[in-house]
Amino acid sequence: MKRLLASTAVMMALTLPAMAQDYVPDPNAQAGGSIVITYKDDVATLDPAIGYDWQNWSMIKSLYDSLMDYVPGTTTLRPGLAESYEISPDGLVYTFKLRPGVKFHNGREMTADDVKYSLDRVTNPATQSPGAGFFGSIAGFDAAGDAGLSGVQVVDPLTVQVTLSRPDATFLHVMAINFSSVVPKEAVEEFGADFGKHPVGTGAFKMTEWTLGQRLVFEKNPDFWMPGVPYLDQVVFEVGQEPVVALLRLQNAEVDVPGDGIPPAKFTEVMGDPAQAARVVQGGQLHTGYITLNVTIPPFDNPDVRKAVNMAINKDRVVQIINGRAVPATQPLPPSMPGYTEGYAGYAYDVEGAKALLAGAGLADGFETDLYVMNTDPNPRIAQAIQQDLAAIGIKANIQSLAQANVIEAGGAGTAPMIWSGGMAWIADFPDPSNFYGPILGCAGAEEGGWNWSKYCNADLDAMAIAADSMFDPAKSAERLALWSDVYMGVMEDAPWVPVFNEERYTMKSERMGGEDALYVDPVSIPVNYDYVWVKQ
Amino acid sequence: MAAYLARRLLQSVLILLGVSFITYVLLYVLPADPVRQIAGRSATAETVENIRHELGLDRPFIVQYGRYLAGLVQGDLGRSYLQKSQVAELIASRLPATLLLMLGAILCELAIGLTFGVLAALKRGTFLDQTLMMASFITVSAPQFVVSLLLLYVFAVKLGWFPIGGYGTFAHLVLPALTLGILGSGWYSRMMRSSMIEVLRADFIRTARAKGLTRARVVLGHALPNAILPVIAMIGIDIGIFMGGIVVVESVFGWPGIGQLAWQAIQRVDIPIIMGVTLVSALAIVLGNLLADLVAPFIDPRIKLK
Repeated sequence: MKRLLASTAVMMALTLPAMAQDYVPDPNAQAGGSIVITYKDDVATLDPAIGYDWQNWSMIKSLYDSLMDYVPGTTTLRPGLAESYEISPDGLVYTFKLRPGVKFHNGREMTADDVKYSLDRVTNPATQSPGAGFFGSIAGFDAAGDAGLSGVQVVDPLTVQVTLSRPDATFLHVMAINFSSVVPKEAVEEFGADFGKHPVGTGAFKMTEWTLGQRLVFEKNPDFWMPGVPYLDQVVFEVGQEPVVALLRLQNAEVDVPGDGIPPAKFTEVMGDPAQAARVVQGGQLHTGYITLNVTIPPFDNPDVRKAVNMAINKDRVVQIINGRAVPATQPLPPSMPGYTEGYAGYAYDVEGAKALLAGAGLADGFETDLYVMNTDPNPRIAQAIQQDLAAIGIKANIQSLAQANVIEAGGAGTAPMIWSGGMAWIADFPDPSNFYGPILGCAGAEEGGWNWSKYCNADLDAMAIAADSMFDPAKSAERLALWSDVYMGVMEDAPWVPVFNEERYTMKSERMGGEDALYVDPVSIPVNYDYVWVKQ
Repeated sequence: MAAYLARRLLQSVLILLGVSFITYVLLYVLPADPVRQIAGRSATAETVENIRHELGLDRPFIVQYGRYLAGLVQGDLGRSYLQKSQVAELIASRLPATLLLMLGAILCELAIGLTFGVLAALKRGTFLDQTLMMASFITVSAPQFVVSLLLLYVFAVKLGWFPIGGYGTFAHLVLPALTLGILGSGWYSRMMRSSMIEVLRADFIRTARAKGLTRARVVLGHALPNAILPVIAMIGIDIGIFMGGIVVVESVFGWPGIGQLAWQAIQRVDIPIIMGVTLVSALAIVLGNLLADLVAPFIDPRIKLK
């Protein structure tokens, strides 16, 4: 390590992406005010090592900071608690220089010890973090325990060095994910398992009230390290609110953003009213809805059968079922994800072609199979459309409509021939193409219990994926994305999935909400980026 | 009395033990893995196994249940798998709202149900009787979701008389309590009607009338106290039902009760919360029934507790 540090001459100085890429503050923004966000489900926890659901993801982003961050409204990385970072020539050592004078909500100054403590904590099996696996490339991960990670070293109070066991091009994204948020040791130890109810971070907001099952109040952190941020004085989250009721309250000016979005039953009505539609922001989402075809269950072990299924699905009709709240998908990656293959048309809807492929596979008379689906609307209706499309080429699919946990179980066990992913579909953890491969299409995810429900494992593509993720040098970013594009094209050639649609996001806001539209469809902070939105006074 | 109470309490403990065992078995054989719910999508196989081990879910069933019981006798309902908070604390935080809504709902049920029932009994066979009984039939079959949204839309959104959901003031309570009151009143009015008709035929009513008492005194002073007995038993059952959670009404009105907690826990296979809520509502049913039985002799001296 010393050797590497000494060789500064060859070290890539990657200090700060150019400021031009960073966020341009909104000239119209006004400071002050309070907004109300609603959610149906209660917030489970605000412990960044544990929280991993729809509601708390963006809340945690506003309460805590990580070494890295994203330019608001984009998928572009920017330094967060790290002021700058350097990567060694072999891509194995990351040296982060911390921002001086950053304070936790409890008033104490954040130092390199806190960064190490937080990374040690999230990877310690005793913490039970669902995100521990993201840190697998850090040296000493396999031996992680009470002794901490050997790969994370405190150099001085404002310098942390992370050594990896293998080059990992996604590492900076991992340093931006909620699980790597920096937490103060004393607060975690004071509250123990209840830390998630008493969050202390360095973020733009601090939590001042949590009435279980009712509401949470975030107040502006006056000591936040980024000047002028946040604009809002207060964000109030009201939980236990049915989406239909939240919409009524929005129309009554009691709610600013319904966190669960526009209820499907009301979508056409809202979009048909120009006054309301004007307050809906539409954007892409790092989401793909797909049908998995289990390659270990005949006849889906035959690629031609899988291709035939791909050609049989009328994706436009499926999109109509959800009121057009999506775009038909051609490939696993969503269009807004770096690495998306532009111009690739996928398998076109072609009933005759599909029949011909089936006949070629010796299945001219079709076959019978099971289609698993989660039992909440609109998924059973989508499954029926898929069922009809399959019937048109002679495949009789019996719909198995089950609770989410049961579908996940059947998928993991590999007993489901086909699964419609709706309600459990993949939404990226971080905006990088690798996040759509490993767990859901790679060999690692094909193990029993994994999320690769196709049980698809192509060793060549796995090798390409590893090669792509070893290309840590940002200068080779374009080359890396091209390689990822090839990986997904390889997946399409084998057709273990039918990519069906990419959901669009529709965030509805009250009239007084300000800030550019991108903040309301922020790919990382869902539903909105609380730190940068503002209200007209 | 003391012996009766002791026996009933012992019975209650056995019932709760049985409920806990059956629920635990059902949750154990459920084809859904709580660990996978906690671990989420990106977790590696190691992470999943690690969480399973930390929660003790890799132990045999009997060890898991034994541990749960051991905690239970010490008053420890365990910690939520997903929220990590104490289950007792989560339930306690929602208890006031649940109790308040229960009280409001039962009062509305009684006010509507008893009035309609008595009126129907007194006007038996008339158009009023038929109308009221038809109305009670409609209310018991009306879906909660429709009635709640209808009341919310008319009285909160359109007329603005009440807040659009929420919790905190008396105004917040009115619509959810009224919804449940209307929906549950049918049972009470039907039971009250038949019970009242029976009592009105009894000899002592004829005697009271023969004494020259006013009609009002006969009905209110003699018939009602006798006819109300089965209704009291029903309140005991109602308490149990309400404690188990009123999922739909709670979520439409944003009422922070136990029902919401239970529903969310079921969706996420958060076993400690499901167990906790089941036991609390079972306890409420047992105690509600016990209470109804204990109160009965005070209203009707003919009943003796044995």
